[in-house]
This record gives sequence, structure tokens and C-alpha cells, in this order.
Amino acid sequence: MKILVPVKRVVDYNVKVRVKADNSGVDIANVKMSMNPFDEIAVEEAVRLKEAGVATEVIAVSCGVAQCQETLRTAMAIGADRGILVQTDEELQPLAVAKLLKTLVEKEGPQLVILGKQAIDDDANQTGQMLAALLNLPQATFASKVAIADGKATVTREIDGGLETLSMSLPAIVTTDLRLNEPRYATLPNIMKAKKKPLETVTPADLGVDVAPRLKTLKVEEPPKRSAGVKVADVAELVAKLKNEAKVI
Amino acid sequence: MSILVIAEHDNASIKAGTLNTLAAAQAIGGDIDLLVVGSGCGAAAEAGAKIAGVSKVRVADAAHYADGGAENVAALVVANAGGYTHILAAASTFGKNVMPRVAAQLDVAQISEIVTVVSADTFRRPIYAGNAIATVQSADPVKVITVRTTGFDPVAETGGSGSVEALDAGADTGLTKLVNRELTKSERPELGAAGIIVSGGRGLGNGENYHSLLEPLADKLNAALGASRAAVDAGYVPNDYQVGQTGKIVAPQLYVAIGISGAIQHLAGMKDSKVIVAINKDEEAPIFQVADYGLVADLFDAVPALTAALG
Ligand SMILES: Cc1cc2nc3c(=O)[nH]c(=O)nc-3n(C[C@H](O)[C@H](O)[C@H](O)COP(=O)(O)OP(=O)(O)OC[C@H]3O[C@@H](n4cnc5c(N)ncnc54)[C@H](O)[C@@H]3O)c2cc1C
Repeated sequence: MKILVPVKRVVDYNVKVRVKADNSGVDIANVKMSMNPFDEIAVEEAVRLKEAGVATEVIAVSCGVAQCQETLRTAMAIGADRGILVQTDEELQPLAVAKLLKTLVEKEGPQLVILGKQAIDDDANQTGQMLAALLNLPQATFASKVAIADGKATVTREIDGGLETLSMSLPAIVTTDLRLNEPRYATLPNIMKAKKKPLETVTPADLGVDVAPRLKTLKVEEPPKRSAGVKVADVAELVAKLKNEAKVI
Repeated sequence: MSILVIAEHDNASIKAGTLNTLAAAQAIGGDIDLLVVGSGCGAAAEAGAKIAGVSKVRVADAAHYADGGAENVAALVVANAGGYTHILAAASTFGKNVMPRVAAQLDVAQISEIVTVVSADTFRRPIYAGNAIATVQSADPVKVITVRTTGFDPVAETGGSGSVEALDAGADTGLTKLVNRELTKSERPELGAAGIIVSGGRGLGNGENYHSLLEPLADKLNAALGASRAAVDAGYVPNDYQVGQTGKIVAPQLYVAIGISGAIQHLAGMKDSKVIVAINKDEEAPIFQVADYGLVADLFDAVPALTAALG
């Protein structure tokens, strides 16, 4: 079976972004870009399923600007077999990405699509669920464990109160949470090999999808700053401050 | 305007986050209906009708809604979406699971985790782990929204007198089956609703220390317990203790961060707390930049001393 893994190019998680002076967005010129960490976990999971003999092929997909090729190469260095770039300079919102992915799922026929639960730039947490809806497929979001057997997926999910395990037939849509696995580091030989793997480029128009944004960003601002507090000398001073100054205990 | 709020409940009562979500609905303005989907959920529906500001509770009660699965719940919401200008749910794991599915079926965007209602079509929401706040406007005919509960003060749980209307259940989609649910048992207040949170990080070293040091302190303060990702990953505590960008977002009256460095992803989940206390032996730790009261100390001395000092 094939597994499709969508991967997003985002500002690296170590970068503290700055809001642009004209409030039109955040400044991402010259900042380090990486694969969304949750997507790395998705690629790792797919590659492990291939190594375990469950999957036969892992296809990475990225939607966005030409530089998303680098993100696809990273996925292939972890172990994806090939990449598809849906290239556009337009702003892509989750519904548009889900529609693009739907056409690729229909074309490639994967039994499993594994996505990150959220991208750390827009923090939307939507694309996997939307893709499942558009395809009318079962979804297992926030996965911390995935097992595939007998045409079924058994997925443990992280929920507010603890954990739950769902069973569903394939094809299915899974989104990853942090505890699913620890992605490997791509080795130099694998990075070299990834450069030779096939990478196909298509456009939203080729796929017949209208990607026009539905939400308009009117402005982007800095969050209110917390004023710096004080250091207390010892526990006694801390307790006194909490009782008499902050009045929270 | 006509707003549908999806209730989160345990069939007997309505969860706290729904009260904050209703407050967001009130900020939008208009008639507010509450949808209760469950199995044997009559008591929850009755409780919903008593909440201030709810005009009507619409109840779908069927066995295949028992697990709150996204496929069945979303299908029901979509079938009953007609006439509403806004559909809201709390940005809990339940709301996050269901609402994008609703939005896609309605072919509209979802607006995630709003913290402010600017107008009926314009909302503010944090992006980049809360390092920026975006103001977004939706041109869609129906606004499908998840609400960050810390952004809105809850409406009163009582005082309302809404009507209750039964809805026809949809067909069971049969797409997923719940095999097992392991809920973390705790006598403590719920993390999302607690007035005080004691939160521990990697500095505690292991789960045994976490429990032996933080539980007595939490007992004294009647606090909920939270943790950093590092503490959860290392297995000190279950996953649902995680506070942060990709865990729970909290804003208690008092947040006590113990042995937590203060990574951006952690701050994203707690920096709107009213008062923040940090105990860390590294005076350069970024947590001190957001702490109202910082104590540079070895937690193994400071925490027992603090517990003792609280008498
Ligand atoms: C995609 C992604 C999502 C993430 N989501 C989250 C999230 O939701 N929540 C979250 O918390 N993190 C999240 N993280 C992880 C985050 O980046 C940090 O790695 C994590 O928060 C660190 O946890 P910590 O502060 O417990 O550990 P550390 O950073 O290791 O800090 C431990 C602290 O303990 C102090 N310490 C050690 N010993 C003592 C002692 N004896 N006395 C006093 N102090 C002591 C140290 O000085 C240090 O400051 C995420 C990361 C990624 C990549």
C-alpha cells in the first residue's frame, strides 16, 4: 500500500518571529525555514511502516512556493520514495490545501494519509480533518500510536482527558501528535540519495482546484507584552508577595 | 444573526469550556442555540437550557453519538446548519477534531482559536505560538469558529430558560469505532478551568520527584497539575498535562512554573496567566522574562520550603 505524507515549509521552531512594522504580517525574509515538526513525525511514521513491510511506497507532497522542494528533499532524505510539489506563490489556506490533497489522493490511491496535527506558523490544526471530510474517510487526529493490520488502522489519540483508541478501515486519515515517534536525523548518504529521487511539479490549475483564500488578514500585531517582574530573595518573600501584593493565595 | 454553539458534555453536565464559547457567541450577538449531541444526554440538555443566553437547546440523542466521534457529530452539525450565520465550538481536542470537518463539508474556512470578536465577520487569533496576533475577516456565508476559552470570561451556568428541541439523529456513518478510552483520573481541578496551576518540567528529573514534590504543593493550593512537553515526553506525567502551543492553553490566576526553562512553545500556553511564579536554578532561564515573581533556587530545596510555608 501507498502512504501519502503532506509536508509544509514553515519558519523553524527555534526562530522567534517578528511582526513587520507595517502590521502586514510577520517578517520571514532571511529566517531559517524547516519542515513543520509535526510533518517530520508524519514522514518518520510512514517510513517506519515501509520498513516494517506494511507500506510499499511513501509519497511526500508539499504545496506552496518553489522552495518547498527543499522540504520535499528533506522528506526523501528521511525515507520518502518520491515527491510531488504543488507549486504556487498564492497564499494557501487549509481548505485549499485539503482540496489539492484530495485530488492527489484520488490520483495516487494511498491507503493512508499521515499529516501533522498542526503547522507551527498558522497554528490552524485543520487540514487533515478537512481532507477526511472532503474524501468522506475516517479520521484519527492527534495520534500517539498507529498500528496497521488486516486492512484496518488502530490509532491511539491524545485527547484532553487522556487517551483513546479508535479502529477504522482503510483508507484513513491520521494526524500526528508529538509522542508518535522521534524522527531520525537524515544521514549524509541519505541526503545525497534524496537528491536523485523523483520530484514532480504540478500547479493548482493542473489539479483543477481554486485556491483563492477565504480569510483575509487585515493586520498582524505584536501580542501585549508582560512587564518584567521581580526576583524574590527566598521562599518567605515569595509567599509574602503572593499573599499581600498579588493576593492570589 | 443566528449562532449555533456545539456543546461539550459528558451526557450529564455541560463542560466549562462551553460557557466561554457561549461568551464568544454573545460577543458576536444574535440568537444562540446550543447543540447537544450524545447518548442518554437528556440531563446535559436540561443543564444547557439553564445557561444564561441560550435560546434553544437542540438535542440529538442516539447510541452512535456516545463516543463523540468526529464523523458522526460533524455530519449531524452539517445536516442542521441551515439558517445559522456562525457555528462555534471550544478549541478543545473535541472541537478541533470536529469543526474542520464541519467547515470542509460546508465548503467554508474554519477560523481557529479566536481570542477576540472584532465584529460579526472579523476576529483576532494568535499565530506563531502566540508571538503574533492576526486580525482576520471571513467572507464565507457561515463562519465556522473554534474559540480559545482563555480569551472569553464564561457566561453564567444558570439563569437562562431556553427551550429544548429534539432533533432526528443522522445515520451512523460507521467510519470509526472506539476501542478504548483511558481517562486520567484526578481529584484535582481540571487544568483548563483551574484557578491555580502548579506545573513541572525537566528540572524535576523524574516522575517520582514530580509527584513527591509537586503534589503536596498542589494540595495546599488546591491547584491543578501541569507540565512541560519535556516532562510529558520523559513520562513523568500523562500527555494531557502538557501546557503549551501544542498542548493546553491555560490562563489561571496563578501559574507556578517549576524547573521549566520557558521555551516559546511552553510560554504560548501560559503567558496569559494573571500571576506567574518561576522557580529555576538558572537565573538566565527565559521563564523569568514572563514571571511576575522569580525565585532563583534549587527546586529540591525551594519547593518543600514553599509547601511548608503555606502551612
Ligand atoms: C513542534 C513542537 C511543539 C512543542 N510544543 C510544546 C508544548 O506544547 N509545551 C511545551 O512545554 N513544550 C513544547 N515544545 C518543547 C519546547 O521547545 C521545550 O523543549 C520544552 O518546553 C522544554 O521543557 P522544560 O522547560 O521542562 O525542559 P528544559 O528546557 O530542559 O528546562 C529545564 C529547566 O529546569 C531547570 N532546572 C534543572 N534542574 C533544576 C533544579 N534542581 N532546580 C531548579 N531548576 C532546575 C533548568 O535550569 C532548566 O531551565 C514543543 C517543541 C516543538 C518542536
